[in-house]
Amino acid sequence: MLNRQGRPTTPGHTAAESHPTFTGNRALQQIEPLIFEIGHHETTGVDLDAPAPFKARLGKHARTDGIGLPGLSEPEAMRHYVRLSQKNYGIDTGLFPLGSCTMKHNARLNEKMARLPGFSDVHPLQPLSTVAGALAVMQELARYLMTLTGMPAVSLSPKAGAHGELCGMMAIKAAIAAKGEGETRKVVLVPESAHGTNPATAALIGFIVKSVPARADGTVAVEDVKALLGPDVAAIMLTNPNTCGIFEPQIVEIAAAMHEAGAYFYCDGANYNAIVGKAKPGDLGVDAMHINLHKTFSTPHGGGGPGSGPVVLSERLAPYAPVPFIHLENGEPRLIETIADAPDGNAPFGRITAFHGQMGMYVRALTYMLSHGSDGMKQASEDAVLNANYIRAGLSDLMSLPFPDHPSMHEALFDDEWLKGTGVTTLDFAKAMIDEGYHPMTVYFPLVVHGAMLVEPTESESKASLDLFIATLRDLAMAAKGNDKSRFTGAPHHAPLRRLDETRAARQPVLKWVAPLPIAEAAE
Amino acid sequence: MAETRYTKDHEYIRIEGDTGTVGITDYAQGQLGDVVFVELPTVGKAVAKGGEAAVVESVKAASEVYAPVSGEVVAVNSDLEAAPGTVNEDPAGKGWFVKLKLTDAAELEGLMSEAQYQDYVKTL
Amino acid sequence: MRYLPLTDTDRLDMLARIGVPDIDALFSDVPADRLLKAPLDLPRAKGEIEVERIMGRMAGRNVAASSVPFFVGAGAYKHHVPATVDHLIQRSEFLTSYTPYQPEIAQGTLQYLFEFQTQVAALTGMDVANASMYDGSTGTGEAVLMAHRVTKRRKAVLSGGLHPHYAAVVNTISEMASDTVVALPPDVTASEDILAQIDDETSCVVVQSPDVFGNLRDLRPIAAKAQAHGALLIAVFTEVMSLGAVTSPGEQGADIVVGEGQSIGNALNFGGPYVGLFAAKTKYLRQMPGRLCGETVDADGQRGFVLTLSTREQHIRRDKATSNICTNSGLCCLAFTIHMTLLGQAGLERVAEVNHANAVKLADMLSEVKGAQVLNETFFNEFTVRLGKPAAEVVEALAQKGVLGGVPVSRLLPDAGLDDLLIVANTEVNTDEDRAAFVAALAEVLA
Repeated sequence: MLNRQGRPTTPGHTAAESHPTFTGNRALQQIEPLIFEIGHHETTGVDLDAPAPFKARLGKHARTDGIGLPGLSEPEAMRHYVRLSQKNYGIDTGLFPLGSCTMKHNARLNEKMARLPGFSDVHPLQPLSTVAGALAVMQELARYLMTLTGMPAVSLSPKAGAHGELCGMMAIKAAIAAKGEGETRKVVLVPESAHGTNPATAALIGFIVKSVPARADGTVAVEDVKALLGPDVAAIMLTNPNTCGIFEPQIVEIAAAMHEAGAYFYCDGANYNAIVGKAKPGDLGVDAMHINLHKTFSTPHGGGGPGSGPVVLSERLAPYAPVPFIHLENGEPRLIETIADAPDGNAPFGRITAFHGQMGMYVRALTYMLSHGSDGMKQASEDAVLNANYIRAGLSDLMSLPFPDHPSMHEALFDDEWLKGTGVTTLDFAKAMIDEGYHPMTVYFPLVVHGAMLVEPTESESKASLDLFIATLRDLAMAAKGNDKSRFTGAPHHAPLRRLDETRAARQPVLKWVAPLPIAEAAE
Repeated sequence: MAETRYTKDHEYIRIEGDTGTVGITDYAQGQLGDVVFVELPTVGKAVAKGGEAAVVESVKAASEVYAPVSGEVVAVNSDLEAAPGTVNEDPAGKGWFVKLKLTDAAELEGLMSEAQYQDYVKTL
Repeated sequence: MRYLPLTDTDRLDMLARIGVPDIDALFSDVPADRLLKAPLDLPRAKGEIEVERIMGRMAGRNVAASSVPFFVGAGAYKHHVPATVDHLIQRSEFLTSYTPYQPEIAQGTLQYLFEFQTQVAALTGMDVANASMYDGSTGTGEAVLMAHRVTKRRKAVLSGGLHPHYAAVVNTISEMASDTVVALPPDVTASEDILAQIDDETSCVVVQSPDVFGNLRDLRPIAAKAQAHGALLIAVFTEVMSLGAVTSPGEQGADIVVGEGQSIGNALNFGGPYVGLFAAKTKYLRQMPGRLCGETVDADGQRGFVLTLSTREQHIRRDKATSNICTNSGLCCLAFTIHMTLLGQAGLERVAEVNHANAVKLADMLSEVKGAQVLNETFFNEFTVRLGKPAAEVVEALAQKGVLGGVPVSRLLPDAGLDDLLIVANTEVNTDEDRAAFVAALAEVLA
C-alpha cells in the first residue's frame, strides 16, 4: 500500500524562502526571557524541610520584607540556561583566534580532577594536618612553574593576570623600599603597545607611568629605554613576546640596562604560551612575571573568569613574596600564613587575598602539565607558533602586515591598510567572520597599529581547520576589496542578534531588571 | 567680535571680551564617535593652560579636554550631562563644555587660527 | 600527544609553505644562546590513566568536608549545591567562551550577567551591582579604593569585626598606595565604639555583618554618622546566605556593599576560585570597579545586552582606570546565579532559616559542654566559643577523632591573645548526628 501522502523529501522551492515566525524563534535559536519574567516569588527549585520551631538568635536584625527575587523549578531553570548557552560561542564551537587571549582546548580531564572531593570539597582553614594533598599540589605546581621559567620563587596567590601584575609590582615596590629608595624611584616605564592593565597596575600603587615609544618594526629598542633611565626609575613593564606577537629581540640588553640602573624588569607573561619549553624568562633577565594559568595552561576562560595569575620571582625579589606561601622544610611543604611566621630571609609585603589563591585552577593547570609533560609543552609552543605563521603566510598577499620584518610568535598581527578605500572597517570584517562561523580575532588591539587584527589560532587547531579558516578569510578579503560591502556593513546577519547599540547602553545605563509599572500607574 | 582659536588637541576657544567658551572641534567629535558621558568641572575652579578642564567619553574612548589657556571656570554646560550627544550634533554651538574667565590673554597668541587649524587637520 | 592535532607530515608541509627550514627559524628573534635545545627536566607526557592516578593520590591525602562532621567557616562555607548547577556550568558554550566582547555571539553570558547583577542588587538592597570581583577580600580592597575616589580622602576605618584576612588585604593595598588605615582591635563581642573613629578626614568605615566572630551588627548608626561626616559606609559580608534571614545592608544605609558569594553555587575549593559580590548606590556608579553589563537593543530592535561603561576600565583608561581589574569570576558568577535562580527568595529564606535553626541547636548543645562558652548574643550560622584551652590544640585533637570542629581564632590572629576562642559554623548540611558527634568529641577533649 502506498502511504506517502505526497510528502516531499527534497527541500525544493523552500530553499530561498525566509518567514517570520509567530514566536520570533528560529528553530534551535530561541528567544529567552529574563528569569524575572518567567519565575514567581513563591517558586523554588530546591526542596528543604522547614526546621522545627526554635527560638531565633537574630536579635533585631531579622529580615522583615521579601527580597523580591523569583525562583524557577528545576525543569524551567534547566531550559533557561541551556537556551542561554546556545547563544554563546565557545572554543568547543569552533576556531576562536582571539589574539592575546589564548583560547586553546580545555581538556575535560582537568575538570574531572578539579571536582575530586579531595580538592573541591576542602576548606581553606581546616587543620593543616588534613590538607597534605592540597599543599602537595601547590608545591608541585610551583616546582613546574619554577623549572619551566628558570626562576627561583613563585607566589601562587594572585587571582588573575592583572592581580599577578599587582603582586609583582608590589614586590618590586617592597624591594625598592627595603633599599631606602622608596621616595626616589617612582617611575615605571611602559611601552605604548602594552596591555591596559600594565599602566593601570602601576598607577594603582602610586607609580608614575612613562611611555616608551615603539620602533617602526614593532619592538622596543634598548637605546629608547636607556634614554629614559635614571635614579627615578623603578621598573619597566614589558610584555614578551610582545602584544604585536613579536619576541623582543633586545630583551636581554633591556634587562641588563634596567639592572645596571638599579631598576627591575617586570615581564607581562600573557604571551608566555609561545615560549614554554623554548626559552626561560629567568635566562632573559626577568625579575617578575605573571603567568595566566587560563591562557598558557588551559584552565577554562569561563566567559570571563575565574583566572589565576601566579608570579615567578627572581632571587632579588623572592624575599618579598606575599603570604601565604609554601616553604619546604625537610622536603615537606609547610604553609606560611602570617608575616610573623615567615622563615629568616623573608620579608613578605603583606597579603593580597583572603586564602591561598585559586586552588581549583592549580589542579587544572597541574593536570595539563602532567598530561603534556616537558615534551608536550614544548611541542605545544612550537605548534602554536607554527599555526600562527601558517595563517600569516596564507593571508599576507591579501592582508597587510604592519611588521613584516620579524617572524610572528603565537599570533599574527594585521592592520587595516589593505582595507583603505573599501568602505569596510576592521569591525565590519570581524562581524562578517561571525556569519562564517568563526569567532573574530582580537580587533583594535594593540593600539599602536591602526585597525589592528590580532590572530592567535593556538596549537589546538588541525591543519584542515587552519586551511578552511585561511580560505574563508581570503574569500572575505577579496569580497571586501571587490566592493561587496553588504556582506560586511550589516554583519552579522546570522547570529542570535544583530549589532547592538552600545551608545544607547552607555547613555542611558540599564544595569538591572526593573519590574514594569502596572498600566494604570504608567499612564499617569 | 568673537574670535575662535584652536589647539593641537582639538579644543577650540571662542573669545568674547575677557571670557572664552571652550569645546572640542567637529574633527574631534568625529574621531571620538558617539559621546556618551561628559564630566564637567565645578564653577570657580582655576585651570592652567594645558590642564584638565573636562572629560569626554565615547563608548570605546575617554579623553581629557584641556584648557587652551589659563583661567577660572565661570560657567559649565550642564545640559550635556543629560544630553551628551549634543557634543556630536553641534560641537561648535550647543555642545560647548566650559566658559573661562581668562587670566592671561597673551596665551592666546600660541594657539592656531581657524585657517591654521584646518590645515593642521589635513595633515592628520 | 592527544591534545595536539598536527601530524609530523603536517608540520613539514606547513614549514615548507611558510618557507623556513625548521621550527627554530621562527624563533630567530630569541637570542641563540637563550634558546633551549632539549626539553626541560620534567616528566614526559602521560596518558589519562596515569594522570588520574597521580592526581587521585594527592586528592586522597586531603580530608573532604563531606566525609566528616564539618563545622569550619570563617569566610568560606560548606553548603549543598544542587546537581543542576555543576551540570550547567560545564556546558561547552559557557565553560569555553571568552569575556563577551562580541555581544552578538555572547548573549548567553551577557544575559546571565544582567540577571546576576539584578539578583545581587536585590539581595544587598542596593541600586546597582557589577558583574563580580575575584572574591570578597579583593572586592573589599577595591571598595576602599573606590571610597577614596568618591570622597577624595584617603583614610579608611576598619571594624575589629572585619575578617582579619580582609583587613590584611586592605592594609596591603593601602600601604602600597600610601593611604591611611585605622584598624580597630579584634572585637569579639561587637562592643567597639567605631563611631568615635569617624571624623572629617574619614573616607570610609568598613564593617562586616555577620562579623568574623558571627555577631550581627546594626549598621544604621554607623551609616548615619559616616554620611554626616561625608564618609561612606562599606558593608561587608562573608556569608551571603545570611541575607536570606537578616535585614539587607542597603536597607541599613550602606553606600557600598561587598562580600563573598561562594556560599551560593560554589564549592570550597581550598579557598578559590570564589566570587566577589559588589554593589553600590547609583550616584557612585562611575567610580565602580569591574565589568558592568547593560541592556540595549540590536539593529532590528530586539532586546540584547552588552558590557557597558567600559571607559572606567583599564583597557581604555589605562593609568587613569578605576581599577586594574580585567577578569571577573565568570563561571563562579554563573554558578551563583543558577543556584540563586533555583532558590528564589522562597528557597533562600528557607535555607537561611535551616542554617540558623541548626546553628541555634548547636549553640545550645555546646553551652552544655563543660569548659565551653558561647559568646554571641546574636548570630546567623556561625558563632564564637570560649574553650579555656588553646583552640588550635582542641581542633587538632578533634580532627584526630574525625571531626573538623571550626577555626581557631589564633589561625587568623596569631598575636591577639585570643588563643582559647573557636569560630564554629553550622549549615543546612549538618545533621543531628554530626552535632552529637561534635559535642561528644569536644566534651572528651575538654575533659
